[in-house]
Parts: sequence; C-alpha cells; structure tokens
Amino acid sequence: MTEKWTDFAATALAWRKTNSGLAIPIPEVDEGVAATMVCHPSKAKDMKPIALPTERVPHWQARAIEKLRELLTKYRGLQVYLDICAQCGACADKCQFYLGTGDPNNMPVARANLLRKVYRYYFKRAEKFLGGDAEPFNEQVLKEWYTYFYQCSECRRCSVFCPYGIDTAEITMAAREIMAAIGVATKYVTEVVAKVYERGNNLGIPAPAWIDNCQFLEEELKTETGKDIRLPVDEVGADVLLVMPSADNFANTDTMMAYAKLFYALGISWTTSTYANEGGNFGLFLNYQNMKKVNKRILDAARQLKVKRVIWGECGHAWRAAIYTNTLNGPMDFLDPPHPVHICQFTADLIKRGAFKIDKSANDDLLITYHDPCNVARAGSLLEEPRAMIRATCNRFVEMPRNTIREKTFCCGAGGGLLTDEIMPIRMAGGKPRAEACRSTGANYLAVPCAICKAQLPEVMKHWKVDARVGGVHDLLSRAMVL
Amino acid sequence: MNDAAMVWNLVAALIIGFAYLSAFVLVGGLLLRLALYIQTPVPLKIVQTPGPKSAPGVVARIAGDVLIFPNLFQADRLLWLGAWVFHACLFLILVRHTRYFLYPVPELVIDWQTISVYAGFFFPIPALYLFWRRLASSRVLYISGLPDYITLILLTAIASTGMLVHYFARVYLVDVKAFTLGLVTFAPVPPPPHPIFIVHFLLVCALLIWFPFSKLMHAGGIFFSPTRNQIDNVLYPRYVNKWNEEVRVD
Repeated sequence: MTEKWTDFAATALAWRKTNSGLAIPIPEVDEGVAATMVCHPSKAKDMKPIALPTERVPHWQARAIEKLRELLTKYRGLQVYLDICAQCGACADKCQFYLGTGDPNNMPVARANLLRKVYRYYFKRAEKFLGGDAEPFNEQVLKEWYTYFYQCSECRRCSVFCPYGIDTAEITMAAREIMAAIGVATKYVTEVVAKVYERGNNLGIPAPAWIDNCQFLEEELKTETGKDIRLPVDEVGADVLLVMPSADNFANTDTMMAYAKLFYALGISWTTSTYANEGGNFGLFLNYQNMKKVNKRILDAARQLKVKRVIWGECGHAWRAAIYTNTLNGPMDFLDPPHPVHICQFTADLIKRGAFKIDKSANDDLLITYHDPCNVARAGSLLEEPRAMIRATCNRFVEMPRNTIREKTFCCGAGGGLLTDEIMPIRMAGGKPRAEACRSTGANYLAVPCAICKAQLPEVMKHWKVDARVGGVHDLLSRAMVL
Repeated sequence: MNDAAMVWNLVAALIIGFAYLSAFVLVGGLLLRLALYIQTPVPLKIVQTPGPKSAPGVVARIAGDVLIFPNLFQADRLLWLGAWVFHACLFLILVRHTRYFLYPVPELVIDWQTISVYAGFFFPIPALYLFWRRLASSRVLYISGLPDYITLILLTAIASTGMLVHYFARVYLVDVKAFTLGLVTFAPVPPPPHPIFIVHFLLVCALLIWFPFSKLMHAGGIFFSPTRNQIDNVLYPRYVNKWNEEVRVD
C-alpha cells in the first residue's frame, strides 16, 4: 500500500515537473529601445506587380483614413477590438517581442493602441473628449506604425490571454493594409509576393532550377536507399499536388526527400507544380487582395494538373492561408474532400492506419522536442497530428514547458514577414523565449513543421547558445521508415 | 410658492431631464453600437484554436468568458482575482438595485439583499486594487490613459455615495422608490431632497452616458469577438465571405 502511495507521489511529482511552466523574466518598460530596428522600405519594381502604389500617394493622410473607414466596415474583428479593449494589460508580458526587447510598443495592447489612437481621433471623439490618447495620422504616427506593426509576427499569442480574445494580428493586418494602400510596405514582404507572381515561389527559384534540384534529390535518394524514388514535377493526372514551402526544395531538402519517400512507400502518384511551387503566402502579411491572388495560383495549378487532391507541406503561414482557401478561392469541390489537407494530417492518419513500416530505434540518437509553429497550432488547429507523428517515429520525445507549447506557443520570432536580416536584433530577441524553453528540455533535435521556423530557429539557437538541431517532422519519419 | 421651492422644482426637473437623457443615450448608443457590430461582416475564420466544434460549444465558451474569465486566469492570477471580485460585486449591486425599479420586488432580489449590501461595502477594495495596479506596474502604467482612471474613480464614487445613503446618511427609501418608479412609469416625481443621494444618482446617469462610447463596451462587445464566438470548423463547411467577390484578382 505504502509503495503504491510513493509511486503515486513520484508520478505526480514527475507530472508536475514536466508540466510546470517556464519562468520567463519580464523586462521593465524601456521606451523606444526597439524604435530603430526598422525593415527596409519596399522598392517600386516590387510594388508595381503587386498592384500597390510605387511611392507615397498624394494626400496620403486622407487616403489612409479612408482606408481605415473601409476596413472598419469590412472586418467585425477590427471594429470590435478597437472598441472593447479594457487596457487591462493581461497581454502585456505575453508577446515574445516585448519579452525580448522591453520596448513598451511591443506590448500587444500598446501596439494596438498605435492604431487605436488614430481611430479615436477620427471615429470616436467621445473618448478623445474625456482625455483618451488620440492623435491625427501624421508622419510621426506613420513611422511608429511602420516600425512596430512590422515588429509583430501576427502570431496571436496575446489573444489567448485576452479576456475578450482580442486578436492583435487583426489590428496589425489592418494597419499594414492601410500602409500598403498609401504606398508604404517593407522590401522583404513585397519582394517575396512579386517573386511569386514572376516565378511561382517565394525564393524566386526558376522552373529549370526547380526541376534540377528535384533531379539532384532523386539521385541523393538513390544513393541513400538504392531505390528509384521520384520527385515528379508538373505531371498532369497525378493524384496529389503537393504545395510545400519552396525552401524545402532548396534548403530543407531532408524534408523534401521525406515527402518523396512517403509517397513512394504509399504508392501514390504526386507532383509539384512550377506554376505554384509555394505554399507560403506573404499576401497574408500585406493585404487581402494579394493573399487571395497568391492562393489562387494553387487552385489554378490543381485544375491544370487535374489532380484529385492538394496537400500543403510543412509550412506555417501556408497553412493559415490554406484554411482560408475555400473562402478566398473556393468552392474547392473539384477536389476530393476533405480539403484543404496538411501533410501532417495526411501522414498522421496513415501512420495510425499502419501504412508504414517504422523502426523507431533509428531516431534513438535524438532527444526530440516539438515547437508548435504559431500558424500551424494556434491558427490552424494542428496540435495533435505532429505529436502523433513524432511519438510514432521516435522513442525519445520530450515536451517543452506547458506555457510555451500548443496554443500558448511562442512564435519563432520571424513570422509575419519578419524573416529579414536588417531586423536581426528583433528576431533574436523574439526567439529568446523559444530558445530558453528548448534549453530547459535538454533536447538535441527541435522538430518544426514550418519553413519560416526552420530558417529562423537555427540562428536563434546559435545566438542563445542552445545545442539543438532544427529539422522537420517528416525528417524523423524519413529516418525511421523502412522501405 | 416661495423662491426655495421654485428653485427646488427647477432642480428636480433638471435631474429628471438628465435621467431621461442618460437612459436615452445609453439605450440608443448601445443599440447603435451593437447594430454596427452585427452588420459588420466577418470575412475569415479567425477562431482561437483549439475551439468549440459546435454551436452549443460556442455558447458554453462565451458563457465561460462572461462568468469566470478563463483567459485572464491563465494570464495573471492576481489580476483575475481582482477583476472577478470587482465584476461579481458590480453584478450583485446591479441585482439589488432592480428593487427600486420593480414592483413587487422579485424574491431573488430580497433573498440576495444581505450579500448584495456586503458587495457594496466591499466594492472599493477590488476597485482600489485595479487602480493601484495601474500605477504599480511599469507596463500597465504605460498603457493607462485618463479614461481608465476616470472610469474606476466614477464607479468607486458611485459605490461610496451609495453606501453613504444606505448606511450612514440614510435617505428615506419610500421617497427613493416613488422617484425611481415615477421615472420608469413616465410619471416623474421630484427626487428625495437628499444631497448625497442626488450626487449618487447624477453619477450613475453620467456612467450611463459614458458607457456606449467607452471601453465599458467590453460588456456587450465580448459577444461579438470573432476569435471567441466562431465554431472551430475551418475546413468544412465552406465559410463564405460576402465581400470576397468584390476583391478582384487578375
């Protein structure tokens, strides 16, 4: 009997230990400390193809307010969230960019207040009358907007802690859309969207190079497995069109090869498209029109290639845009339901049904922990599938502290169009909570189903001196799969 | 009629006029705001996941948000306690005050009388905590504006004057009830000539006017928060944005 009690106590203690939160030091307010970390402005050559003004429009103040008025009639979230914030500050210490910098404008509530004060000035004079902070839209305010709405990764962590679920991403997106309308945007985001229209993907990989890379990976796979595993491109009549982040073809090649092995093992015909070889949607970080247009390419490619199904690869904002696809570009009923499908859903389901022969011990050299990308988990509902995949392919899996995972996950620090080198200090500051959470587990492999995270987190781990390799979730399956 | 009586009648008429004005502004302002929220479209599913998979689940989620503030509990335990007690006191005080506007008084209100009076006495404590918190933390101090302080001061002043006329400088209740029932039946009579009561009453009127134009709208707006009131079914059925067609791409 006593033994049982001690057992129970030990279990409870172990549970408490694995389930306790990460203690994150909260900085005091340090005004203006991040004010100089600003993204490079957009170039005219990129603004033109994405239907934005190539320079600041005349009467830009009036135009901006007109745009705000328009957005207020189009987005209930924006209207409600500008009105109802009680300024309680529950969100203040929840944003990785505040935790990393201490700049008060990186507190979600203060960030939203940058727009709220303009809203008050033009649309809610009663609050202004009683001493509420109100300011006309001027050069100074525009500068604040440009700085701090591009220090927000639209990850929505703050909304989880807001008693009314106020989603700062809605506010950030509105502010960015207003700025875009007057010709103010960042070089990185606009360049990427323009590249998609020109080359079909965010990295600007031309079709011949894409095909080359695929052939190279086929050879790699041949050497590794001795089998003819294909990476088909533009094959009409394939069952599946896979839209992955283009970085998988180029940088995260382990993940790309894992997809190929997966379909090979299943015997499913699949293809990528050189017209839409990108799942990622930077339109999401700019305005509705470009988000819709980028997404449309995927369905156009699906029609063109006569596929039965579109599967989105390991990418975060691709998935956030993907779940909007039916609304933006649908109906998608020319495809087999359910749609859209994320590759983790697809694979986790097949693993459950025993479709693969798996040797878990192949991953025994790794102690794995899992980073929930904000867009896959918090915005995209995929909390269990990647975990199920890891549990099915690895023996050694450990969770990070509970206040840093699942819907409370921290952004890697470079989502929302921030993965650009000129704001490296902000990126490293924003990545700090994730680095500390990873360090606390002692893991040597950080599994991430998102290309932005895969680009950002290795830099973060290096910067904060955490000894963990960053890789995909499918990479683990690939290692453990017995062909 | 002597001069004093004439002045008093004039003051009483002004108070009654102000009362109707404030009720009109509250109801009109609230209806306009809520109508604005209802008619503004929600273009995309932005539900906070993991979320409820069905409509009853959404009702339960919102009910939870209104009653126990679960998100705040996760964010900051002490703030949650302060805010919850603050709102619970407000609720009890409101329930108790229906006795001045209903005849006969509902049994529930009579049953809750004692605890509601305690809530009135207790109210300044969480209010003071919320006020102190705005000054004590550098983060909350940074975001606090004049309206945030004014709202707390106004509510505390209302509660304090209320307790004064209830306990220390009692107002004659029959007069109060005659006055309030007169207002709701549109047959107004002058208020009891009790200065603290009149201050209490005018502050309440000011609060009603302030309500629809301020952050107090969180009381109504929470029902319209898309992250909380949407069903977590992003994949099926197709969610339609009614202005999607207007946005032309190529």
